[in-house]
Amino acid sequence: MEEKEILELRDQKHEFRDKVKELLPDSNLELCLTCGTCASGCPATGLEGMDPRKFVRMLALGLYDEATSSPWVWMCSMCQRCIHACPMKVDIPQMVGLARQTWPREERPKGIVGSCDMALRNDTCSAMGAGEEDFQFVVEDVLEEVRETQPGWEDLQAPVNKQGAEYFLNQNSREPVTEPDEMVPLWKILHMAGCDWTYGTKGWAAENYCMFAQDWEAWEHITRVKAKAVDDLGCKYWLNTE
Amino acid sequence: MQKFNVEHNFEIESIIRLYAKWIREGKLPVSSDWNKDLKATFTVQDPCQLVRKSFGDPVAEDLRFVVKKVVGEENFIDMQPNRSNNFCCGGGGGYLQSGYTEERRQYGKIKFDQVISTGADYCIAPCHNCHSQIHDLSEHFEGGFPVVHLWTLICLSMGVLGENERAYLGPDLAEVGLE
Repeated sequence: MEEKEILELRDQKHEFRDKVKELLPDSNLELCLTCGTCASGCPATGLEGMDPRKFVRMLALGLYDEATSSPWVWMCSMCQRCIHACPMKVDIPQMVGLARQTWPREERPKGIVGSCDMALRNDTCSAMGAGEEDFQFVVEDVLEEVRETQPGWEDLQAPVNKQGAEYFLNQNSREPVTEPDEMVPLWKILHMAGCDWTYGTKGWAAENYCMFAQDWEAWEHITRVKAKAVDDLGCKYWLNTE
Repeated sequence: MQKFNVEHNFEIESIIRLYAKWIREGKLPVSSDWNKDLKATFTVQDPCQLVRKSFGDPVAEDLRFVVKKVVGEENFIDMQPNRSNNFCCGGGGGYLQSGYTEERRQYGKIKFDQVISTGADYCIAPCHNCHSQIHDLSEHFEGGFPVVHLWTLICLSMGVLGENERAYLGPDLAEVGLE
């Protein structure tokens, strides 16, 4: 009796099912072999009584609302260890992303949405709200101090908006905002290696919380602002500090 | 960029690959001599974003190459499992800002146990989220191991790490290379 109910549910039309089919055509929910390899290697297994296998099985059986509304979708770090191990390559992390998207924006975790909103405020894309002048000021201020106080580093460079530099270096907001001295070792390494690099006042912030918030419009905006910043300076590489 | 078909004229590069390249080319005169007698031991976190999700095992090899050059091969201890099969620390996906602090630490307990099992004095975290998360795990579960950025150790090994650039070094290394 119960089994029949579930089968009927599965055949029902559902927006989430259509979305998975449309966006993840290679990850058909029925591909899951139920082996549990994903769950056994996932650090989020057990949180909120959920695990990756259970999440996929619930979706496959039509329990869309129950699966997508679980706070567990915010406790998955989308690290991709599950799909890495999955014999059928079911894209569970992307399904978690789609599930996050079903949450009304105002109900998504405030910290993530807030960081996304902050990044949208100006073209630096900084989730901590650091503006273009703020960033340039901090960089120049720290550079000047090193040049004045550290013998042998009078020539240290930290170029900003250098047209045609080979590398456009991005920087997590944490450094310029809370611990600017942590930028210095990186500058020293780049200097010693003879690297031709630059920061850009636009698009320098490495983080992207709009992606985590699954706010696609904002995510796309942030991506475009950053890509344009790199291209506007004519840089060959977008260099991550990690 | 792929997701939104953003046209662009540049490639994406990781500083980890450049560190390895520059050391191989002799541009960065790193040495592990500073650690010959101290014998401080290190393990390293393979960031998911860098390894499993972007450049795969080759960049994990680059990472180990750099770490071994800088701290000495005999002072490096790998976590198990590692490379593309490594466990996520729990700092990614927005977790650190999500407000689910208790769950985040429970998630990270696997990473904490992995680090503790190596017996290493230090954990190197070459990613910001990993650094914040593992630092928090070490404090919360009282692991007592400092968590350091890779750039700190590279500069330390070249004798160019300034006095104000040592926030994450433990007391045993706080003075190394200072006059």
